[in-house]
Amino acid sequence: MTETAQQSPHHIDVKEFHPRARAAIHNPQIRQNFRKAMDGLMSKRKSAFEGWDLETLRDLGANIRLRALAHLPDLLEQLEQKLTENGITVHWASDGDEACKIVRDICLARNAKTVIKGKSMVSEEMELNHYLEEQGIEALESDLGEYIVQLAEETPSHIIMPAIHKNTEEISQLLHDKTGTDLSHDVEYLTASARLQLREKFMNADVGVSGVNFAVAETGTLCLVENEGNGRMTTTVPPCHIAVTGIEKVVPKLEDVTALLALLTRSATGQHITTYFNMISGPRKANELDGPEEVHVVLVDNGRSTIYQDDELLDTLRCIRCGACMNHCPVYTRVGGHAYGTTYPGPIGKILMPHMVGLDEGRHLPTASSLCGACGEVCPVKIPIPDLLVRLRQESVDGDKLHPAKVRGHGAKRSNMEAMIWKGWSWMHARPGIYRMGTRLGARFRKLQPGKLGGWTQYRTAPKLAAKTLHERIKERSQ
Amino acid sequence: MVDPIKVYPAKPSKVYFYGTCLVDMFYPDAGMAGIQLLEREGIEVIYPEDQTCCGQPAYTSGYHDEARAVAKAQLGLFPEDWPIVVPSGSCGGMMRKHYPALFKDTAEEVKAAEIAGRIWELTDFLLQVCHIKLDDLGEPTTVAMHTSCTARREMGVAEVGPKLLGQLKNVNLVEQERAAECCGFGGTFAVRHPEISGAMVSEKVDTLVNAGAKEFVTTDCGCLMNIDGYAEKNQKPVTGQHILSFLWERTNGDGGKRS
Repeated sequence: MTETAQQSPHHIDVKEFHPRARAAIHNPQIRQNFRKAMDGLMSKRKSAFEGWDLETLRDLGANIRLRALAHLPDLLEQLEQKLTENGITVHWASDGDEACKIVRDICLARNAKTVIKGKSMVSEEMELNHYLEEQGIEALESDLGEYIVQLAEETPSHIIMPAIHKNTEEISQLLHDKTGTDLSHDVEYLTASARLQLREKFMNADVGVSGVNFAVAETGTLCLVENEGNGRMTTTVPPCHIAVTGIEKVVPKLEDVTALLALLTRSATGQHITTYFNMISGPRKANELDGPEEVHVVLVDNGRSTIYQDDELLDTLRCIRCGACMNHCPVYTRVGGHAYGTTYPGPIGKILMPHMVGLDEGRHLPTASSLCGACGEVCPVKIPIPDLLVRLRQESVDGDKLHPAKVRGHGAKRSNMEAMIWKGWSWMHARPGIYRMGTRLGARFRKLQPGKLGGWTQYRTAPKLAAKTLHERIKERSQ
Repeated sequence: MVDPIKVYPAKPSKVYFYGTCLVDMFYPDAGMAGIQLLEREGIEVIYPEDQTCCGQPAYTSGYHDEARAVAKAQLGLFPEDWPIVVPSGSCGGMMRKHYPALFKDTAEEVKAAEIAGRIWELTDFLLQVCHIKLDDLGEPTTVAMHTSCTARREMGVAEVGPKLLGQLKNVNLVEQERAAECCGFGGTFAVRHPEISGAMVSEKVDTLVNAGAKEFVTTDCGCLMNIDGYAEKNQKPVTGQHILSFLWERTNGDGGKRS
């Protein structure tokens, strides 16, 4: 299985955003794959919400998440208690490494050699596959997209559709090269052949690892949303199931799930409901015919409790991982998911990843946005993503060393030159007389205006100063 | 993002005109057009001479102390309770939506919130407050509307431009594909990430040309500078104008320089 080992994101330098973005922009195949896919997803979402009072539903979703976050510590305690009552073993991990070790120890205790995985972005955060390979444990992705990405030794380019950067031809070639299937453009044939290979793996796997979409505190239920049935197989066929989840996924009551689920599937893929919705509430009972003997939950922090301490940044944790923000992001659509070099790409990645990698490493993430607001407009739980981007920009350039804010790498992007320019700009614009004199001089000497303005004139003509400012025109008019 | 319900004021006898720095330096015609349209509606326009910039460039770049100093200098310009009209969704959004946050927990908090409540995007004001009726005197033309992202999402005026243009009998209004998508301006974004911004504006211009538009009009000078500048440099068969210039030129009776 070493040939299918996943490339570790550790090898990706998040700072090198520009070269990756440039390469993607000049790659017509990438551009076309993303444009086509995002156009499709946007239109599906739109029709899925037709006839719904979307704003009311989004308000409801936002309030459910806000309420859950407001009581997060209590809810987590309640969740632990209920899960334990249900026979599920609860583990706590402060970061990805600790979470990996917990999974490894469970595997070792069962003498497990093979792990089958359902889709889980938290396991991507943990780089679990890579870690398990190093421990001599085979980890195979069973979600079709994740399977493709793993075969290609890549990372997911989208949180819902991991292989969205590839078209059918590329996938056909990959499956042919790695698994010997015939080259074909018939999606059903390709899916069926992958299914055949995976089916055997399910039957023989020692452990199944899945993610969690919602963890219900009052009942101790783990909800898992999926389309392929691989999630159900992963969580029921192997004798041991390990669910990994971020600590923010908890909701108070079962009834909270209905609104969030309605929002999640429509926002993500434009589906009214997914093919499978799993509610896991414990291991196999004595009188039951199937299900795992053991169920574990690993509750992963990995920076979340730090985000939680800031009243504004806290909103980041509302996210239900639908991916609508990336589907609607004009930047993501141009550069694709890999350009970001982070586990979570797109708008949600830009506000979440700086907390995981720091503002030094993630210095370009908050600026790689035109602040167009499309992400905030479609977010099913109304995360004010543009406002959080501005907050992180402020954190990146802030020079206040005495009161450093909570974000790792605070002030990492500050340059004295840039800070001076803004100080000068501010000084001039806070003094109306100086401003009027400056702009009047600009208008007078506009012929001296440079024709080249860095990146701007690479694509456009330079903006042209008018012969007279509006201030002057109005003054003349009143005389 | 925007207040769910906007409560428009009754048509006032006077308004404050906040011209914005881009209009002041690069597109004063658009500012003059806005003022003349308001005056034709019987409104007296007060232009506070000490206005400079709303502070947005520093704000979105993360320099909030510097933004606050500039914004603070604008707060004293509007002593009477008249509406403040702005020929830009972007600067309007800054003043209406972001001033309260910028001045939170400062001595200016109350004043900033009060001013924020009086900010109106100018086309929205012409349509909803003045109930403007436009009599088209221009030659037939085919036009597309680009509503800026801030006008659309922060000021909630996506419907306004098309409604105003719809009143012009000789204007064939066409809609470009993905009309709601950003043109790639984004202030310093265009300079920090030139390739991404370039890819966005090139597609925006393609959709305008493909829609058959001879000209496009927009609510914001940033978008105008970006889209028009790209079309000019790459010799694309479409030119742009601020929507206020376009509306004034087609309806003012002296023929207008572009009709």
